[in-house]
Amino acid sequence: MATAATRDTAGTTAYGTPDATGDTTAYQRAFDAAVAADDRIEPRDWMPDAYRATLVRQIAQHAHSEIIGMQPEANWITRAPSLRRKAILMAKVQDEAGHGLYLYSAAETLGVSRDELLDKLHSGRQKYSSIFNYPTLTWADVGAIGWLVDGAAITNQVPLCRCSYGPYARAMVRICKEESFHQRQGYELLLALSRGTPEQHAMAQDAVDRWWWPSLMMFGPPDDASQHSAQSMAWKIKRHSNDELRQRFVDICVPQAESLGLTLPDPDLKWNEERGHHDFGPIDWTEFWDVLKGNGPCNEQRITQRRRAHDEGAWVREAAAAHAAKHHGEARHTGQTGAARA
Amino acid sequence: MTVTVDTTAAAALALGDDALVLSHRLGEWAGHAPVLEEEVALANIALDLLGQARVLLSMAGDEDELAYLREERAFRNLQLVEQPNGDFAHTIARQLYFSAYQQLLYAGLAAGDGPFAPLAAKAVKEVAYHRDHAEQWTLRLGDGTDVSHDRMQRACDALWRFTGEMFQPVNGVDADWAGMETAWLESVGEVLRRATLTVPEGPRTGAWAAGAGRQGLHTEPFGRMLAEMQHLHRSHPGASW
Repeated sequence: MATAATRDTAGTTAYGTPDATGDTTAYQRAFDAAVAADDRIEPRDWMPDAYRATLVRQIAQHAHSEIIGMQPEANWITRAPSLRRKAILMAKVQDEAGHGLYLYSAAETLGVSRDELLDKLHSGRQKYSSIFNYPTLTWADVGAIGWLVDGAAITNQVPLCRCSYGPYARAMVRICKEESFHQRQGYELLLALSRGTPEQHAMAQDAVDRWWWPSLMMFGPPDDASQHSAQSMAWKIKRHSNDELRQRFVDICVPQAESLGLTLPDPDLKWNEERGHHDFGPIDWTEFWDVLKGNGPCNEQRITQRRRAHDEGAWVREAAAAHAAKHHGEARHTGQTGAARA
Repeated sequence: MTVTVDTTAAAALALGDDALVLSHRLGEWAGHAPVLEEEVALANIALDLLGQARVLLSMAGDEDELAYLREERAFRNLQLVEQPNGDFAHTIARQLYFSAYQQLLYAGLAAGDGPFAPLAAKAVKEVAYHRDHAEQWTLRLGDGTDVSHDRMQRACDALWRFTGEMFQPVNGVDADWAGMETAWLESVGEVLRRATLTVPEGPRTGAWAAGAGRQGLHTEPFGRMLAEMQHLHRSHPGASW
């Protein structure tokens, strides 16, 4: 936390752990004050163990979602119907890998390693967003993911740019800029289809029909069933409740669907003058919990592919490590990776 | 050198097809790379190549018609770039061979004043990065573990027979082909030796006569690659996307 009280003159935290008596009261008070003042908590600041654990869980799950989320879209890279669309899609999938890297770095500031987190993903001990367990069956799904899935992600993530943990908030600022771009591209893809041939229009409508409800589920369980919400809001990790964000998203999407010339698959969807919001139909929470438990259409496929990529790449990572060990101390430029430019 | 517009179009097609096809192959890696940094790097290279392909194909006609509506026998790319990804070592060997060639070719074209000079001037910067990426990985894999050394050697050997075609003159491309080949052999040989690998000794012209891909004679995996690439576009004739 960037308060003078907790930092020495060099600008680093004067103390990282409670004193020998284990009394954390003073630290807790300083932490609470920093959160209350909307200060940012930084990696070397004291923080409650539960705050650290919550952030590790949330940031890791967020990073995993970026990485698993590459799969449904990469599924269409080799079949993209024009070179312009292919370039846009490749750039998007590349951005997602980059977002994964930012987020693993943010998680690492909390004292976990990327390898450890990947291991938890591969063994099913950590989750990723339920949305990526749905299949991309047509080209229009790429547009629906951009418009609805990225749209929902942005609605969720913009408030995270003000999250109390500095490294996470800063990662979100960069990610949200790129995500907004992807979302506009997805919308524009759907618009081209909607205004195209009757077959293309039908393809766009079918995709929206299949992705609408899973997108609403991205905001998580309803407020009365969300176990982490209250604490996360008190810590200012979260700024709005699941249901608030979901409502905001529905209100944004309705006029967009109209201008796309597509309908949303909800007979109960209508403007409520009194509330100043759109009412919408009930979400199938049984499906949500099923997908979360691993029984969605693609859970098995997604994790198997991720594990396979990791396992089949082991010899490459071992080679890089062996090479680095042999040539330790040589000019640094020989160790530069391709990603340095990207 | 004076060239007619048609010659330039045919030459643009050859160079454009190289970039298009290799970009497609690299796109197949998305979600499958050995480490996240390589997801970024391989996609980055694929995007650079796709950008080059779009400029070049547009010099020859409509980029999408050319990419999606030609059949296998009408493609003019090198057989090297259509080779399946194989393991990471095969992908890196293919990148090393091709990027070293492209760097020499584009450096030459950028220095001239022919129709490809503007494209080459931009692309040569990208290609220098591709070349560096391939070289660093050749060193890591060749001079890494015993396993990676063997895999890298096998990959270099397997693709060697496709490297002769790169130096068959392309009509309409003003380049010192023989000089490029000498320089290529020297620079690739030097990287392989630094990577503790043996420079392959087999023939460099493959089963077909050298220049086969440039004449539309391809290897079997290429047809399947095109089937996947073109199927959606072909399923909706005349649609725009």
